[in-house]
Amino acid sequence: MDQILVQTLHGLVNGMVLAMVASGLTLIFGIMDIVNFAHGDLLMLGAFVGASVVGVTGNYWLALLVAAVVIAILGALLQITTLRPLIGRDPLTTILATFGVSLVIQKYALWQWGPSVRRINEPVPGDFTLFHLQYPWYRIATAVLAGLIITGLWLFLKYGKYGIWIRATTQDRVMAQAMGIPVPLVYTGVFAIGSAMAAASGVLFGPFAGVTQTMGFDFTLRAFIVVVVGGMGNLAGSILASIFVSLLESYAAIVVSPAQAVIVSFVVLVLTMLFRPTGLFVPTPK
Amino acid sequence: MTAISAAPPRTRAAGYWIAFAMVVGLLLVAPLVLPPFWQRFATEILIWGLLAMSSDILIGYTGMVSFGHSAFFGLGMYGAAAALLTVKPPSLSLALIYGLVAAGGAAVFVAYFATRLREIYFAISTLVFSQIFYVIIFTWTEVTGGENGLTFGQPRLSILGLWSDRFTPTTFHWFVLAVVVVSYLVVRRITQSPFGMVLQSIRENEPRTRAIGYPVERYKIVAVMLSGLFAGLAGVLYALQNKFAAPDFVFFVVSGEVVIFNVMGGMGTLVGPFAGAAFFLLLRESLSRLPYLAEYYLIPVGIIFIIMIIFLPQGLLGFLRRRLNA
Repeated sequence: MDQILVQTLHGLVNGMVLAMVASGLTLIFGIMDIVNFAHGDLLMLGAFVGASVVGVTGNYWLALLVAAVVIAILGALLQITTLRPLIGRDPLTTILATFGVSLVIQKYALWQWGPSVRRINEPVPGDFTLFHLQYPWYRIATAVLAGLIITGLWLFLKYGKYGIWIRATTQDRVMAQAMGIPVPLVYTGVFAIGSAMAAASGVLFGPFAGVTQTMGFDFTLRAFIVVVVGGMGNLAGSILASIFVSLLESYAAIVVSPAQAVIVSFVVLVLTMLFRPTGLFVPTPK
Repeated sequence: MTAISAAPPRTRAAGYWIAFAMVVGLLLVAPLVLPPFWQRFATEILIWGLLAMSSDILIGYTGMVSFGHSAFFGLGMYGAAAALLTVKPPSLSLALIYGLVAAGGAAVFVAYFATRLREIYFAISTLVFSQIFYVIIFTWTEVTGGENGLTFGQPRLSILGLWSDRFTPTTFHWFVLAVVVVSYLVVRRITQSPFGMVLQSIRENEPRTRAIGYPVERYKIVAVMLSGLFAGLAGVLYALQNKFAAPDFVFFVVSGEVVIFNVMGGMGTLVGPFAGAAFFLLLRESLSRLPYLAEYYLIPVGIIFIIMIIFLPQGLLGFLRRRLNA
């Protein structure tokens, strides 16, 4: 019984981090129709930048900020150089292009930081006792912070001036352009925001299991899964799906090894695609 | 363009077959004149090219990007391993059969689910399926050897029991060449058949193809299965060459490389993937000899790949597309 409670907590915390990754991905997909294969690698790069800043200054919160800003700038540059020329082409070419970006980032990270695991120290010290187990506070802090950032993004999209620009562009690109919204700039901005979200989640995840140059692919895959399960391009759906899938994986980890628990999320994805291809957490389309 | 179509079809076809015979001839003598390293390299290009060509059936002809070909390739390898490890004495034909059955079985499974989805969703679901196979193979240590994979001996080269001999690198190259040439001709025939025409019409306009009355899903399932079978064949060949099966080859990286081969060489040409594989492997070989670069060759290769997508979306052989499909 207490094991189930611990795993629930675990699943919720992991789910919040995953939700942050997925919300960046789904924002980029919903607005630009681009499946960003490099999303996980931007996350990984952000985590490395964060780890380096922590190494130099020892300040975790500064690292979070610096990583987000650096990766946002990088994301904007990437969008301008590789994705902007592909606007209007077959959407599949953008998958291929971001796949190329992902390769380059991964090998760059390997070259720059080497294959070993980097640790980011826990920003919030201390544990609390949960049944037989010491549960670290920073995990709770991470989940809360992820929740706050996602809420911030949502508020920005809902009420911010530029958020309204972004939503207008999603609904009708041509009309938005006619209304004077600089659509190319919106695209670049959205990609930058998505990248910053990825980087921030990388820094948030850093203290959990350390930072390696191979962590990106894992996150890309998991984010894809929850984005499809939640309904592509639907922010609330992918957040719910992140929590749902992470909880299931946590419970599965009670029975089988964590490496095999991943299969649970694959199965959820397959079942979703079979029976409800529009996504689990969206209203049925009329 | 007009000049090409003005040429009478017969001379165009003749030109094609002359070029085909020349390339095959060159590949036939290659192992006799090349030093051992490059001989092995040529064989590898053929095998990776076969894998990439199998994926071209989907990418180039049906308009579906598969990011899961490593699964079929890897299951071909493990199928061959199963035959070579369980049956004594090891038999070449059984290795082929086991490998094709394993890859074909996986392809049926993937095809059934993934073909319900289109475009990006198809790409993601093939990726996810290949990861399922990867996790199973990686964690099921008792059967698959887990992380270490399986090693086995090479079977003897025997053709219908008439003649049997040990593989030498040269005869292995010829064996691979024979398999590749036959596969190429079969796939080429398929893409030009009425079935292949329907696939191309799905690529051009899926709703219209459906409206004309073709059961699009069924065609897609068969396309994925065919593609999976040939990918499995490539896997068997690779297993025979290297005498091992390892989970690394089921991992996503292989699928990614397959897509790179297709994009670099030219999608929808069948020959392009071979050219792409050759280009990529040569690039890797030459770049990894440079100082400082070694294992980071993927940085320049990735940048070249992105530049090609933007400026040369047809790939290296894209300009020949019309002639190669004539």
